[in-house]
Amino acid sequence: MKFVGNPHPHESAEGHVTGGALYTDDLLERFPGVLHAWPVLAPHAHARVLECDLSAACARPGVVTTLNAADAPGEADSGANRHDEPLFPKEVLYHQQPVAWVLGETLDAAQDGAAHARVLYEKLPAILTIDHAIRESSFHSAPARLHRGDARAAIDASPLRTSGELAIGGQEHFYLETQCALAAIDESGGVLVHCSTQHPTETQAIVARVLGIGENRVTVECLRMGGAFGGKEVQANAWAAIAALGAWKTRRPVRVRLPRALDMALTGKRHPFFARYTAGHDERGKLLGIEAELYSDGGWSLDLSEPVLWRAIFHLDNAYLLPAAAVTGYICRTHKTSQTAFRGFGGPQGMVVIEDALDRIARALGLPPHVVRERNFYREGDSTHYGMAVKDASRITRIWDELRESSSFDTRRIAIDEINAGESNRKRGIAITPVKFGISFTATMFNQAGALALIYRDGTVQINHGGTEMGQGLHTKIRQIAAESLGVPLETVRIMPTRTDKVPNTSATAASAGTDLNGAAVLDACEQLKARLAPVAAALAAEGRPAGFAQTVEAAYRQRIPLFAQGYYRTPGLSYDARTGQGKPFHYFAYGAAVSEVEVDGFTGDYRVLRADLLHDVGESSSPIIDMGQVEGGFIQGVGWLTLEELVWNDEGRLATNGASTYKLPSWAELPEDFRVKFLTRAAEPGVVFGSKAVGEPPLMLAISVREALRDAIAAFGKGGLVELDSPATPERVYWAIERARAVPSTSVLNEAAAGVARP
Amino acid sequence: MAVASPVAANISFRLNGETVHAPSAPSHTTLLDYLRARGLTGAKEGCAEGECGACTVVMVRPGEAGSVYKPVNSCLVFLAQAAGHEVLTVEALAHDGELHPVQRAMASGGGSQCGYCTPGFVMSLFAEHYRPGRNGACETAAMAGNLCRCTGYRPIRDAALSLGPASADDFRARLARPAPTLDEFACNGFARPASLSECLGLLAADPGARIVAGATDLAVDTNLKGVRFRRLISVEAVPELRGFDDAAAHVDIGAALSLDEIASRWTAAPTFFHEWLELFASPPIRNRATLGGNLATASPIGDAAPMLLALDAEIRIAGTASIRGVPLHAFFTGYRKTALQPGEVIHSIRIPKPLPERVRFYKVAKRRLDDISSVAACFALDFERASRVAKARFAYGGVAATPIRATTAEDAVAGFPWDAAAAERAQAAVARALSPIGDHRASAAYRLAMAQSLIGKFHEETPR
Repeated sequence: MKFVGNPHPHESAEGHVTGGALYTDDLLERFPGVLHAWPVLAPHAHARVLECDLSAACARPGVVTTLNAADAPGEADSGANRHDEPLFPKEVLYHQQPVAWVLGETLDAAQDGAAHARVLYEKLPAILTIDHAIRESSFHSAPARLHRGDARAAIDASPLRTSGELAIGGQEHFYLETQCALAAIDESGGVLVHCSTQHPTETQAIVARVLGIGENRVTVECLRMGGAFGGKEVQANAWAAIAALGAWKTRRPVRVRLPRALDMALTGKRHPFFARYTAGHDERGKLLGIEAELYSDGGWSLDLSEPVLWRAIFHLDNAYLLPAAAVTGYICRTHKTSQTAFRGFGGPQGMVVIEDALDRIARALGLPPHVVRERNFYREGDSTHYGMAVKDASRITRIWDELRESSSFDTRRIAIDEINAGESNRKRGIAITPVKFGISFTATMFNQAGALALIYRDGTVQINHGGTEMGQGLHTKIRQIAAESLGVPLETVRIMPTRTDKVPNTSATAASAGTDLNGAAVLDACEQLKARLAPVAAALAAEGRPAGFAQTVEAAYRQRIPLFAQGYYRTPGLSYDARTGQGKPFHYFAYGAAVSEVEVDGFTGDYRVLRADLLHDVGESSSPIIDMGQVEGGFIQGVGWLTLEELVWNDEGRLATNGASTYKLPSWAELPEDFRVKFLTRAAEPGVVFGSKAVGEPPLMLAISVREALRDAIAAFGKGGLVELDSPATPERVYWAIERARAVPSTSVLNEAAAGVARP
Repeated sequence: MAVASPVAANISFRLNGETVHAPSAPSHTTLLDYLRARGLTGAKEGCAEGECGACTVVMVRPGEAGSVYKPVNSCLVFLAQAAGHEVLTVEALAHDGELHPVQRAMASGGGSQCGYCTPGFVMSLFAEHYRPGRNGACETAAMAGNLCRCTGYRPIRDAALSLGPASADDFRARLARPAPTLDEFACNGFARPASLSECLGLLAADPGARIVAGATDLAVDTNLKGVRFRRLISVEAVPELRGFDDAAAHVDIGAALSLDEIASRWTAAPTFFHEWLELFASPPIRNRATLGGNLATASPIGDAAPMLLALDAEIRIAGTASIRGVPLHAFFTGYRKTALQPGEVIHSIRIPKPLPERVRFYKVAKRRLDDISSVAACFALDFERASRVAKARFAYGGVAATPIRATTAEDAVAGFPWDAAAAERAQAAVARALSPIGDHRASAAYRLAMAQSLIGKFHEETPR
């Protein structure tokens, strides 16, 4: 193949490095007379709005007008499904929730106006923790339940039992480009919204709903995003709606841009989880049954919490056979930001739980954790606890064995134990963990995509598709696919900004499925065009005339052959019953494994990742630079989630870590000193565009190896016993875990494991 | 005095090779605001507090010979501060559609994904590319002030490592010529005097005015907290505050020298200074932040104070009448309060010599680089001939309302051999003396544990 499979840099790389690549807020100067919107922020996590008087705000210099519920011709709510996100709430449900907006000639004026709004609140008690929500039975939905067999009986019949509890922290997306929308009334009475959104169609629908107009009068365009990671899947909608409402009211362009502190205070994050489990197993560590309760912190509105919870439940198996399982999930309703999609979408939390359990079982039995992991792997012919055959299950073992070999895991394991024996204040740890991640939206209807390919008479090509570009390289891959199919140079293919007036009713660019879906739709469109052009080219050649692409296209035009085509794709074979949680929700699985080695300082709990070896299954890579970037970047982002990224809400419900100075992303220091990343070879995935596999989310979970390596090192400070470690494993948490490990007198106490271990 | 009268002067500076005259703007307007409004949207706002580096531009600053390019956070440079400077943004690098080698390196191997942070990385790497005296590959530490959320940094590291010596182009040629010198300047709400007497005069005339040096803290206040300053007096062009003297009895460091300037001026600086410097914020911050500014903010978690306390430093304060000295431990009078009187500015920091025999600086934070410390500690020991500790200085940040010395711990060590028992006595003394608070960075218990544990680490690392 000429293009697909070759290492092409990002399609916008030149724009990135020159500053020429534009993002939504870079368009500001193109909208003369643009107004700036700023919210009136509630100072409570939970309160009733008794009175909202904006007259003083309106009177401030430079303030043009304000927005409140009376200004919305339609429904003043941005909640996609349950309509539970009022734009101008009467009841405040999280700290700093906007209750009204001020539009100013300048941002300073709008901020000044907002500071002069007079709002009276009646403060109400707030629920700020999962614990508290459980005590108050504050849940968004009925519990989600998934059963395989009789888990309780299987556990009771097991020779041994291990229980555990685990708190898993959330994660701020910290896309470098914060939420931004720019709306203007267009030339024909419609609304054009430039928006940093992963889901232009939904943004369009919400804007139309708020304005009370047909979706055909709203166009949403997403040029590109400066990162999204799930944080702009639904959470872009409210800001677009405010911008559009402001433009509708004033007939002037309106910009909403959340600066970092507001973005962090107002937008949802990866769900924090609390998990409790009991596993029945044998003396060799083989799982016989598991019961688990998962509690996610959904925040103030439902958002995507249900599918996130389901994906956590589905991925509680990771790569392991659960012969009997009973999993119950709850979405806690708290007075915090509305937690939302984030790369992995619940999968990471589910996997951390099972990895925590297996490490605990191994240490309780005095077995190496990697041995217990291996013993529980899926084999060919196995099916998941939701009743789906584990396609290519043998890849788990293949990847595992190849990685153990290539990373010298076994010899390093021995060497590390020797090093540790001679050191009392610095210990190393090593761990290998697998990943199996299901690819497809679990809501089957979203697994469709459309495309529109246009060929112009000079032979140049425009490709429109429903996917959005957020840095993941979707446009790069699409361009390769289109050029490959049409047989034209990459340079003649232009990927157009994503617009709802080109391809309607699109799905969010999410679930790692951007290329699988949109790439297939584009391929469909291009193949149709190719089929139309082939006889024309053949005829030209037969006549001895030049039959290059441009000549063929011109000849086709003259023969009145249409030079544009719509493409469409729906993922085949999905069947899934959302009520029972049983069926085939995924098209296939992406696999991988990682070995991480860490060194921990016993004085402080500080640590470094010395080396990480990743082996990941991207199918037949359609774009190796892009795929490598997803694997490496996903891993480091996962390391951040599990180690240093800590969200702290104070007693008032205010996010205390609301900026880059308090919420720490991985920096250069987190890049492993020795970082070796490889793709699995001979891995083509039949039935997916050009044999490639989805790659956006799965590598994030390779970072669980770092968490497990930390536990291994912590164990070495003691006598190798159980390691309780909530997530994220900040130096402080690691330090206290070391102190506990040092205090534990003995190891491998089976009855201790059987009884479960109380949380400190 | 000319500078004393507020005038609506244009703010003139060199931008990408041409002179621009920005109209006077509210004093909290940043260079980044101006650039973006001018259509130079390559520099982005990612955090508005100098942490992410998406807004990085370079300034042409004086070097040992000629000039050097120094990356700075344009979100933390007030537009008025740019007057007289020479600034390059990412838009200046490519010529006639041909990418600069730094851009080519970043673009070709996956160094950008979403691209939003990329112009900032490019500018940091650009400055590193032309760093005088660079032998071999570009150092990734030069980009320690840039955050990327997408790539995981490996391809950016490879881009840096792939760059050879800078070719003899116009950018290199520029460095042979001197950097712009900063003259006195004033516009609405902002004054930059060019002498200490003028500076003190302005301060005397308007005691409510705020001194600004690198603005790496003040601009965070204006950007994030909405703080507004009626009048800023910049010390950036006051030569008396920019002195450096490595004398026989002491080292005098001008309060308005940037940390980066101190590093290049203090050629005989001890190892611990460089270890400390690497942990102090990030390169673009170090290119603007000053020691005077860091101490004047009196942050209980500032990085400079623990080290300077352990070195028995003295703060030299300039008033209209004279210069007075205050021991640093007496300088911090309460939470965010100092001994500075109205009308005074910090002149310099005096570190007595000889420097202590053993000094180590430690910083406990969630992230190793560019993080604010939960606990910072600096320990200094001098020994007598019999291997006994003659003098000990144990200083901390993050464990009290001000940076402090743990004198009871010092007393527990002085006069004794530096052995495990001594370290344990010091730890016990620290445990009795300190009662830190808990916050989003660390719990009180962890802070107290660290205050003790770091003594153990110090002992392990400096056996005697």
